[in-house]
Amino acid sequence: MITIIDYGAGNLRSVANAVTRLGYQPKITSSVNELLDAQAVILPGVGAAADTMESLRALGLADPIRQVIAEGRPFFGVCIGLQVLFTGTEEGGGHECLGILPGRVKRLPPGLKIPHMGWNQVKQRLSHPIFDGIPDDANFYFVHSYYVEPEDKSLIAADTDYGMPICSAVIKGNLIATQFHPEKSGESGLRMYDNFIKLAGDRVR
Amino acid sequence: MLTKRIIPCLDVKDGRVVKGTSFTRLRDAGDPVELASFYYKEGADELVFLDISATPEGRDTMVDVVERISGEVSMPLTVGGGLRSPSDMRRMLRAGADKVTINTAAVLQPRLIQESADKFGSQCIVIAIDAKRIEDSQKPCWEVYTHSGQQPTGIDALAWARQSVTLGAGELLLTSIDADGHRAGYDIELTRAISEAVTVPVIASGGAGALEDLYQALVTGKADAVLAASIFHYGSHSIHETKEYLMKKGLPIRI
Repeated sequence: MITIIDYGAGNLRSVANAVTRLGYQPKITSSVNELLDAQAVILPGVGAAADTMESLRALGLADPIRQVIAEGRPFFGVCIGLQVLFTGTEEGGGHECLGILPGRVKRLPPGLKIPHMGWNQVKQRLSHPIFDGIPDDANFYFVHSYYVEPEDKSLIAADTDYGMPICSAVIKGNLIATQFHPEKSGESGLRMYDNFIKLAGDRVR
Repeated sequence: MLTKRIIPCLDVKDGRVVKGTSFTRLRDAGDPVELASFYYKEGADELVFLDISATPEGRDTMVDVVERISGEVSMPLTVGGGLRSPSDMRRMLRAGADKVTINTAAVLQPRLIQESADKFGSQCIVIAIDAKRIEDSQKPCWEVYTHSGQQPTGIDALAWARQSVTLGAGELLLTSIDADGHRAGYDIELTRAISEAVTVPVIASGGAGALEDLYQALVTGKADAVLAASIFHYGSHSIHETKEYLMKKGLPIRI
């Protein structure tokens, strides 16, 4: 079963629609027990990291998320779902995040149009099954004002040029997270979710 | 490099598309879901749906339309028309819209921009500005109009654009009332003035008649995206042809 964490994120339905279109029946939940039972997890996200952290904490989901990731279950974070994995964010005057990956979330520098909004190329830096069938430099849809700076550069699976190179995907074992929105990125995005679900293997069918 | 977006706009009334129904290739060109799928396959970068229903029933239908479109296509969707409150916006966002666009309601009550940006994030708040050139002014100057371009407000478009962004708009959808419907090109001077005045992306709208017009809005007008209705709906140019044209002229375009 693919479990999508429901903490009120605006793009929850789009993510669920994308998974459904691939032929799976996602479970949408905010229950701690259901999350702990999940075989593969998607953490959607759009908006502000501070609000997301607050919602996750209020629902008691922060520790269960740490647990499923620590156990190596396939986990996909999208946009804010990527950012909250890190130590902390500059957003909203500075907030602590989940601290699963060391690094900071920073605001895009002045001089650029903010948000970074639209389709941009994703340059693959690691070879990984999540990219199967997706050409290097394929376009994905972005919308964000903050970006992640992982301390461990070897986690950077892809980057994207927006006046400066931005880390657009991280991979650590079965933990995958992207700054772009696969659910809004046409066929390449669907393919990426399909690759993710295949990583989880037969368990999710 | 961030690509320039090409955005078809569809007007929906009581759940039916009221422009762009001349597609002979489609089974039911009045069906917004079918048109959305068509544009998705053609390579549109985003879709804008404007609800022009005048009744509460029409608006309820729009929620259902957005749900069905979001179930069919994996691309960004912006929805507007008649949204007055955060709860109106929440319905559309929960139905699967990525962004909502507001115009009259924001001018009447600028605090609404801040309130909705705080609730949903700036990235999904698009402020639509309908602007008309003031003829007898010394330097180029545009006035904001509301109520579908019918009501002058006395507000300067540049000042309103800046204020909208300060209040939390994540994007501006800029329509020139003078150019709209004439198919003789965007108001490039207006587009450029607004694009240079704000730090958020600007979508140029109103006046597209030829592919060169789109190019000019993106290059001379410095817009981040172009929106068009009739040139796509009435089949004078396909999305694919448009994108090839712009790419050949050296613009970053997603094909």
